[in-house]
Amino acid sequence: MNQIWAVTLKELKSYFVSPIAYVITAMFLLISGYFFYLILSITKDAGMMTYLFGNMAVILLLITPLLSMRLFAEEQRNKTLEMLMTSPISDSGIVLGKFFASAILLAIMLLMTLHFPLMLIYLGNPDGYTIISGYIGLFLMGCSFLAIGMLTSTWTQNQIIAAVSAFGISLLLWFLSAASTIAGSGLGPVLTYISLNAHWESFAKGLLSMSDVLYYLSVIGVLLFVTIRSLETRRWR
Amino acid sequence: MIIVDNVTKAYANQQEAVSNLSFEVPEGTILGFLGPNGAGKTTTMRMITGFMAPTRGQIKVAGYDTVTQSMQARQQIGYLPETPPLYNELTTRAYLDFIARLRGIKSKSERQQRIAEVAESCWISDILDKTPTKLSKGYRQRVGLAQALIHNPRVIILDEPTIGLDPRQIQETRKLIKGLGGKHTVILSTHILPEVQMTCDRVIIINQGKILAQDSPENLIRHNSGLKRITMKVKGELPGVSEFLQNFASVERFQHLKTESELHTLSVESGTDGIEAILARELIARDLDLYGLQTAESSLEDVFIELVTQEEELES
Repeated sequence: MNQIWAVTLKELKSYFVSPIAYVITAMFLLISGYFFYLILSITKDAGMMTYLFGNMAVILLLITPLLSMRLFAEEQRNKTLEMLMTSPISDSGIVLGKFFASAILLAIMLLMTLHFPLMLIYLGNPDGYTIISGYIGLFLMGCSFLAIGMLTSTWTQNQIIAAVSAFGISLLLWFLSAASTIAGSGLGPVLTYISLNAHWESFAKGLLSMSDVLYYLSVIGVLLFVTIRSLETRRWR
Repeated sequence: MIIVDNVTKAYANQQEAVSNLSFEVPEGTILGFLGPNGAGKTTTMRMITGFMAPTRGQIKVAGYDTVTQSMQARQQIGYLPETPPLYNELTTRAYLDFIARLRGIKSKSERQQRIAEVAESCWISDILDKTPTKLSKGYRQRVGLAQALIHNPRVIILDEPTIGLDPRQIQETRKLIKGLGGKHTVILSTHILPEVQMTCDRVIIINQGKILAQDSPENLIRHNSGLKRITMKVKGELPGVSEFLQNFASVERFQHLKTESELHTLSVESGTDGIEAILARELIARDLDLYGLQTAESSLEDVFIELVTQEEELES
């Protein structure tokens, strides 16, 4: 545990020493703020947080690959992976440590948008339940994107390739439900179930359901497991 | 302390980087791993450190199997890979603190104390607050060395530890490594021969994934030839002398190397004590002007080249 925390701390340090964390957070806040302003100006109905969450989810889809791309690609390019993998920490420990660091950064980014709902509470009477479930949904989905990005980062030492692959896979998983109408009655519901987007909508509407939470947790779990395996195969090459 | 038992590593293309390697390293020994580039040194070290698993065979470090008891084995090892594993964003101090944590040193004061100690022994105290991007190759290498020593491991594996250092630093690093012997078990790889001769208790010569010889450096040199090579520069009538040297009982091999403006360079190999004096007398007695006489002990370099070429001849 102590070792996992050491990896998390080191990753957080790397994020904040380099400008990456600041630039990405700034861009996230800028674009989110812009959408918040637009939505606030155009609509006055109760669903405005739902719209905002929808927009923030898309922004996360675009920027999380930039957070995750360096996690393993950089270690490979720097030749530091060999040192990590010969330290007394398990492969799962390395993967978890890195994942926690990026998830913490994601949480910080989301916390910094809390002034949007606070403003709404000050100005009107938004649905508190929607706000809470929306944030939980955003965090879980962001973590799924990060897990995808971390997996692609183990495949290459090129950060751009890692980011582009992560973005592509995330986008595909996001829009998988779109294919359900042409996939027929057998495969269709399966595609909808796997699709990241399908489970997300209920969060944004304030319908926090255990099954959706479990869905995201299992997606993250499976991705982390595959990442650990991807790392392990290096030992046998 | 380290037992490598009949280990083979084959890569995906079926090429065997290392085949049926067996050796043991007793506690406190400094073992030099000597071989040309691509001989399988790095592969062997990576298997000992647990970075790669052997395709066949077994490796034990301090009694722990590197595959089935990987964590316990890794705990015993400090490892400096070919390229010092540094993070560009972390200062040397933050980096060493991270490694110390990773190596299981929990208390902060203990980590600080260890950092101060290795910083002193690796001469990096003055750059503790710099990031590696600003460091010279020599400093980077020494930070890498400090990283391998931070948790005071029983086994230290160093892949080409003196590469990129200037001559003075090379000398100091060798001194440092020599000082590690006794308390630690060290394996270092190199293709610089004097390094092995100076620092190691035992040598393994490896080529194309196979062990060609293993012994102490002194024994290797002695057993392999035991001959001295004497080079002489003379002026005068050569034929008689050539004939004498060729048939002289104490001389194993005679060569006429070159003649430049009437100065002949001759060389003989001999195992006889005091052969220099005998030769000098004989040459002068034959009315030759002796301009120079030089003895070269057979070095590890000769042994190495001889072994590696023998191997290649056998193959062809």
